Amino acid sequence: MTTMVGETIRTLLEESFPGASVDVVDRTGGGDHFHVTVGSASFEGLSLVEQHRLVNRALAAPLADGSIHELRITTKGHE
Amino acid sequence: MTLRDEIQQVIDGEPVAIFMKGTPERPACGNSMRALQALHGAGAPITAVDVLPDPRIRQELSALTDWPTIPQVFVKGELIGGADITEELFASGELGRKLDEALGADREQVVKTVMVAATPA
Repeated sequence: MTTMVGETIRTLLEESFPGASVDVVDRTGGGDHFHVTVGSASFEGLSLVEQHRLVNRALAAPLADGSIHELRITTKGHE
Repeated sequence: MTLRDEIQQVIDGEPVAIFMKGTPERPACGNSMRALQALHGAGAPITAVDVLPDPRIRQELSALTDWPTIPQVFVKGELIGGADITEELFASGELGRKLDEALGADREQVVKTVMVAATPA
């Protein structure tokens, strides 16, 4: 099942990281605890802190308005 | 000293600092717990700051670090990440190597909690 917030997250990530592989998992089924996995060539050469900053920035709106209560992030450069 | 200065002093002055919800004895959030467990596992000394008593701690910290969430883990003044990165670095063995490099392999594993608060001028 996909929640509305989950879809918003996917759209925001796909817009911010064109061509990236994006996976969004609603960890609890409650629609506000998410685990996002983003694989993007734009991460290459960046530290993990910088990679996560980019993801947090892409999701700044749903993080700020509380629609994401908890966010786990996994980032990968493209294989 | 301003609250921001107090926070910066902890980040710069402590070998390993974690800004978390709750304390190492009583973590109040699963993510803070995950980061703590990774630090324990890697044999890190831990200086914890509980952000819950005053919402301004979190605001000032995030403004300083450009990092929106809690916990935040620092080794020798450098932000290494939140719970996900700290866990990832522990699982790959890199956290242990980073700590060995920064603090030596024979480091003491002291765990303490410190308070931050603005002091009146």
